[in-house]
Amino acid sequence: MDNILEMRSITKEFPGVLALSDVSLTVERGEVHAICGENGAGKSTLMKVLSGVYPHGTYRGEIFYEGEEVQFSSINDSEEKGIVIIHQELALVPYLSVAENIFLGNEVRGVGGLIDWNKANSLATELMQRVGLDENPTTPISQLGVGKQQLIEIAKALSKNVRLLILDEPTAALNDTDSEHLLGLIRQLKAQGITSIMISHKLNEIAEIADNTTIIRDGMTIETLDMADPASTQDRIIRGMVGRDLEHRFPERTPAIGAPVLEVKDWTVYHPTQPGRLIIDHASFTVKAGEVVGIAGLMGAGRTELAMSLFGHAYGRDISGEVSMHGKRVNTQNVPDAIEAKIAYCTEDRKVYGLNLIDDIRHNISSAGLFKLSKYGWVNDNEELKVAQEYATNLNIKTPTVLTLAGKLSGGNQQKVVLSKWLYTDPDVLILDEPTRGIDVGAKYEIYTIINRMVSNGRAVVVISSELPELLGICDRIYTLAYGRITGEVPAAEATQERLMALMTVERNEAIPTEENGGLPRRQQATQSTDSDMKGNLR
Amino acid sequence: MNATAAGLRDGLTKNLRQSGILIAFIVVVGASALLNPNFLSPGNLTNLVLQYSYILILALGMLLVIVSAQIDLSVGSVMALAGAVAAVLVIKQGMPWWVGVLAALGVGLLAGAWQGFWVAFVGIPGFIVTLAGMLLFRGLTALVLNSISLSPFGGDFYLIANGFLNGLFGGQGVDIFTLVVFALAGLIFVYLQVRDRQARIAYNQEAGSMVGFIVKQILILAVLMWFAYQLASSRGLPNILVLLAVLIVTYTLLSQKTTFGRHIYAIGGNLNAAKLSGVRVRRINFWVFVNMGVLAAVAGIVFSSRMNGAQPAAGNGVELDAIAACFIGGASTTGGIGRIGGAMIGGLIMAVMTNIMSLMGVDYPWQQVAKGLVLLLAVAFDLWNRRRSEGAA
Repeated sequence: MDNILEMRSITKEFPGVLALSDVSLTVERGEVHAICGENGAGKSTLMKVLSGVYPHGTYRGEIFYEGEEVQFSSINDSEEKGIVIIHQELALVPYLSVAENIFLGNEVRGVGGLIDWNKANSLATELMQRVGLDENPTTPISQLGVGKQQLIEIAKALSKNVRLLILDEPTAALNDTDSEHLLGLIRQLKAQGITSIMISHKLNEIAEIADNTTIIRDGMTIETLDMADPASTQDRIIRGMVGRDLEHRFPERTPAIGAPVLEVKDWTVYHPTQPGRLIIDHASFTVKAGEVVGIAGLMGAGRTELAMSLFGHAYGRDISGEVSMHGKRVNTQNVPDAIEAKIAYCTEDRKVYGLNLIDDIRHNISSAGLFKLSKYGWVNDNEELKVAQEYATNLNIKTPTVLTLAGKLSGGNQQKVVLSKWLYTDPDVLILDEPTRGIDVGAKYEIYTIINRMVSNGRAVVVISSELPELLGICDRIYTLAYGRITGEVPAAEATQERLMALMTVERNEAIPTEENGGLPRRQQATQSTDSDMKGNLR
Repeated sequence: MNATAAGLRDGLTKNLRQSGILIAFIVVVGASALLNPNFLSPGNLTNLVLQYSYILILALGMLLVIVSAQIDLSVGSVMALAGAVAAVLVIKQGMPWWVGVLAALGVGLLAGAWQGFWVAFVGIPGFIVTLAGMLLFRGLTALVLNSISLSPFGGDFYLIANGFLNGLFGGQGVDIFTLVVFALAGLIFVYLQVRDRQARIAYNQEAGSMVGFIVKQILILAVLMWFAYQLASSRGLPNILVLLAVLIVTYTLLSQKTTFGRHIYAIGGNLNAAKLSGVRVRRINFWVFVNMGVLAAVAGIVFSSRMNGAQPAAGNGVELDAIAACFIGGASTTGGIGRIGGAMIGGLIMAVMTNIMSLMGVDYPWQQVAKGLVLLLAVAFDLWNRRRSEGAA
């Protein structure tokens, strides 16, 4: 067997987190090798180790490429050897032309070291032909669609004489036609002898294109499946991705569920900058008092977009649908209205959307509930300090004083500051977006306890998470989201990871009709959005 | 153990950031006193207050603009326009002084609202809006004045920046009234410090040692009364100093103790987080620029009164002094950090440096070189300090 790549016993630690533990990966020459795993399982970390983003010495283990051991100290080293990674967030400069992007950092030099643009443009045209594109090489990248941009990335990789192409979720942002085209291209490259590693959540695509599939879970290799074997079904992959025990990771709670608090009907949201692109498609759901409701969806399904658009239209445009609190319609046109309606939203990315890192814990905790601490615009700062100290104590925020800058806290403690901020606004519905991402197990448990305390007071909590065990462990009911649509509603007691995963990965055209969205005419199919779309699109 | 050490380090870095600039100010004053004995003379200190107060007034508004992560380049032009309108009304039309003052303030309000509209509701960066405003209002100034200087104001308008509040209680060569006002102000300051300290102790905050606290209060009082004595033995208490004191206290409270102030810091610290915390960002941005316009008008009134007239080129380049004062005073160029007190000390450093160089007969070009270097070093210090504290985290 001729292996182009062997990664042996790769172990990668971050402070406090073991991201990869003894992971091995073997890729045969000329194959398409898929890597599967839940978000946070360690797929991207593994690829970053391979491509030299994490240089040799920051991880343990050995990498053999083309039969010899390699020790990359930067991404340039790996590219020199023909290993090119294409990230999920495309690394193209929007205002530069196609040719300029293809040869960025690798410019075609002519006389006197000056760039030979004529040659560059003609080479770019040739490269584009190889990926099936017929564009003018001087067109600015921003004028091409996401699908074509993805192809330009591959053309760029070809210009570097790629032999091992790594694609991180290449079709996440693409529509069906573009996805199909891309998969075709990968097959074509395979015929030309280029090996590909593809990270993907889309099991149907994997089944269609991959020769072998390696499953990674919790930073460990579970198994490598030969896709030619009829036993390698999608169910088998799902089982491999999610199988782990749930004992003692979640605090006990006896649910006491009351009347509906938050009701959302036909919530529809369009992309803020790309008119006509449907992001949330007639989503309807209900959250009751004393209930923890989960929203499960893969990256790009529209989880954050759903929450942010509900929270004072902080995301998206042309928003339609109804929101009711305690049976009464509320109009939450902006964030202050949403806060007044007693809705709170803890963002996914606490550093970008949640905290003022250069201000102290005290001011961060009071920032959303300042109206409770002020009269005629004057802030009672003694009371503010008292409140901050109360929350720091109750939520066990580990810090010398509440006057410490928020930026100096660890991830778990930062998350508790964000939680404090929203708990202080006294919400009836608390929406938590990936509340435990990037924090350690102990802090996770504490955050689950806070959630339990909240619902035992008759409030309602919505948890958005891509970690299915977490949802199964803390929720009473779980909705699944795919392509911006609610594709299922499962009581936690009846839910299994396999069932949820199946609902989360339904094909775009066969979304299972549920009580809420059944029978509605589809004006337009929602396309998957990526998390990178969110950046900078906050209104 | 670790937590205590971290807390201590936190306190030190914070203190260095806050007091580093105070130490720099003391060094500059000390060096100036050594370089020229006239520097600390009563007459010169009075002049210092009269000459540079308008920069401090501009820096008050500029600090809020900078903390909200914007910039205002138009303040020199707005200042000139406000002064010009006042001059036309008072000198040409013979209106009473207060009509001139109100009209000037109105001009500042409109100019601020105009720029606030473009920044907040259209979304054009403040740098560009106010760059346009700089040209626009300068042009309007020339139009209002027909491109010629108007002078003199004379009378009450002239006294705004050149008058003194004294003689109320008499005194022999030393104005008692000035001393009484300063003593009262000093006592109020110490009282507030004591209350703040008590609150800190009540809320289990670090308060420092009692001895240190008392020494600090005595030192502050001593410096204050010495300064009062110098003023009192010259021409007494300048009107402008009273105005300045009222403004500084108001803006310190506004920035620290009101929701408006808090929201400005929140916007500058993390715009996205502020939006998602329910801060009405547009509204705040708008009023920050309106406020800047009004303060520029106040500075314009003070400046034209001090100059006893209005010129088409008045206040050319002063926006840079005001901006420099904020940055020297520790404001962050990316917003979210900065104190009124820091900006005032930053402005005073610029004022003292200009003053001592003039006293020593340093040529104007060299003055500019020196001021440029001070600005650069101050911001470099800020950056170094920030990196160090980040490294510690």
